Amino acid sequence: MDTDDDFMSAVSSEYDRQDSDNDDMSGVEDFDFDDEPDTFIDSQKEIGHRRKPAYDISFRVFQPADIQRQQQDLIHEVNLILTISKEEAAILLRHFRWNKERLIEDYMDEPSAVLGAAGLASNSASSPKMEIIPGFVCDICCEDEPGLESFALKCGHRYCVDCYRHYLSQKIREEGEAARIQCPSEGCNLIIDARSLDLLVTAELTERYHNLLQRTYVQDKETLKWCPAPDCQNAIECGVKRKDLDKVVPTVACLCGHRFCFGCALNDHQPAPCELVKQWLKKCADDSETANWISANTKECPKCGSTIEKNGGCNHMTCRKCKHEFCWMCMGLWTEHGTSWYNCNRFQEKSGTDARDAQAKSRVSLERYLHYYNRYANHEQSARLDKDIYNKTEKKMVQLQKESGMSWIEVQYLNSASQALQTCRQTLMWTYAFAFYLARNNLTAIFEDNQKDLEMAVEALSGMFEKSVTELADPQLKVVIMDKTTYCNKRRVILLEDTAQNLAEGMESLGEVASPSACG
Amino acid sequence: MSAQFATKRLGKELQKIRNSRLPPGIELVSAENLEEWLLDIQVLDDNPLYQNQTYRLKFRFGSTYPIEPPEVVFVKLSDRPIPMHPHIYSNGIICLDLLGQQGWSPVQNVESVCMSLQSMLTGNSKNERPPGDDDFVRANQLRPKDIEFYYHDNTV
Repeated sequence: MDTDDDFMSAVSSEYDRQDSDNDDMSGVEDFDFDDEPDTFIDSQKEIGHRRKPAYDISFRVFQPADIQRQQQDLIHEVNLILTISKEEAAILLRHFRWNKERLIEDYMDEPSAVLGAAGLASNSASSPKMEIIPGFVCDICCEDEPGLESFALKCGHRYCVDCYRHYLSQKIREEGEAARIQCPSEGCNLIIDARSLDLLVTAELTERYHNLLQRTYVQDKETLKWCPAPDCQNAIECGVKRKDLDKVVPTVACLCGHRFCFGCALNDHQPAPCELVKQWLKKCADDSETANWISANTKECPKCGSTIEKNGGCNHMTCRKCKHEFCWMCMGLWTEHGTSWYNCNRFQEKSGTDARDAQAKSRVSLERYLHYYNRYANHEQSARLDKDIYNKTEKKMVQLQKESGMSWIEVQYLNSASQALQTCRQTLMWTYAFAFYLARNNLTAIFEDNQKDLEMAVEALSGMFEKSVTELADPQLKVVIMDKTTYCNKRRVILLEDTAQNLAEGMESLGEVASPSACG
Repeated sequence: MSAQFATKRLGKELQKIRNSRLPPGIELVSAENLEEWLLDIQVLDDNPLYQNQTYRLKFRFGSTYPIEPPEVVFVKLSDRPIPMHPHIYSNGIICLDLLGQQGWSPVQNVESVCMSLQSMLTGNSKNERPPGDDDFVRANQLRPKDIEFYYHDNTV
């Protein structure tokens, strides 16, 4: 199914595309920002008409039925071209990771080698069926009763049907195997095909088997990925290559509404590229709490830079490592304090000022990290809070309808505002991780301006959003909120557009400050 | 899966062992129930690493045997050491793909496992433990079947 249209229902993408035809908003009086909007709407319009935004990538959503059909089409095609059974075609396709062209080419060259490698016997014995063979002894259960039903694949390794069933149910149910279940015999790599399996096991197991098989189709293909949302069964197709992940952030939206990155399957992390996100998350998991604590509770020895925690006692410090003596308060030399008092009021002394300067410098990298981390964490937290508020507001929306006489449709602007807040905060959050790794240049200044604009707009919207129901009933506030919502979405688009473009052109220098260590 | 399945198969194996003797160098020590068997094995050629030694093996069978492999370990007793081998940890745990889910085949049985272990010892010339033996033996709390062995070397 082609879902380029369907996924528009996801609210955020809807906004992204509405930009160019939303300019009627600029006529509204309560537009509380400067002349800026007019100019950007114009430029946005041009961009919108010329091409799709640089941060937007194309993708398609497939539902379970689509996935099944695609597989069947491929199997059917190979079945016709190579004149082999559908079961064999399926096994071959899986062996070639659904690369039809390569399969056909290789098969034409050396059919028996291909069949052998894929776990298919090349002799054309009649298709396997259950048989009763006189004098048969099952090698698995050692049963030799007359009339015992047995089964063998083309390799001729024959076992009783009961053992086969046990074996298959173990593989399918416990081990989650499907595409590569081999003959139970030792060292035999013949693969059990779907038809033989259907012959042997119960309907329930067959269903699980086919589910597992279907999964391997998505797993085997590089251009397909499952939507990671809980209970979602859709798969997304996207052509972005692994090696391009430093240049694009392939955010996709599933029909279920979940937005995620096709590259790493994490939640949408535009504008930061996957590798950076990975580094950042790791750093935060390792460092953030430690760094916070170090920043709050320790100082560095002015001489050797060792991190020192003062856990009691007086201000006279002696560094355990280098034996340097200094004052905890002013960081100056202890010798200048004399010996008579343990109170430091010598703030202006030169040695103290120098030491504090040096201290400040060594704290810069730590402070820098914390600066970005705190803002990142703050947006993460705020996004949650905004969502909570919305959940409460939703109930009040009913109330609001009664009080103000607005219809359900008319109070939907709150829903839009909430969605905008979520999406923008998600983006903002990642802009801070992104900025942490960004080398400083002119582009960074532009990036930070964009970030600041978006942040201010989001905070303003968030503020209005928290207002009580009675205040919300004011029609003027509604207009302001709607304006702000549109503005936020536009600022987000501009920020993403700019960054994506620079990223694609390799203009943002990342990684130069790759890992400023937090603890000096 | 019914435990009956394993019981039946083990009964048959036991019957077969009692009727026709086990191959040389393999001896059944006890099979009092159908959950745990003890066997002794010896290396019969003149490999200097294992001469004049007898090793004790403990087999534990789950209800899914022989679809799933049994748990097989060497047991240390005063007269039964743990054989020196780069795939055998000093606590008796054996790293052998045959005993893992991937390498196991339901056609294998107690006898064939013992023979494989015999030949695994016969073919070895390295008087050493697996890398990281100390740490593994100290830290491991897992049952052999839950350990993710990494079969890095298929030559031994």
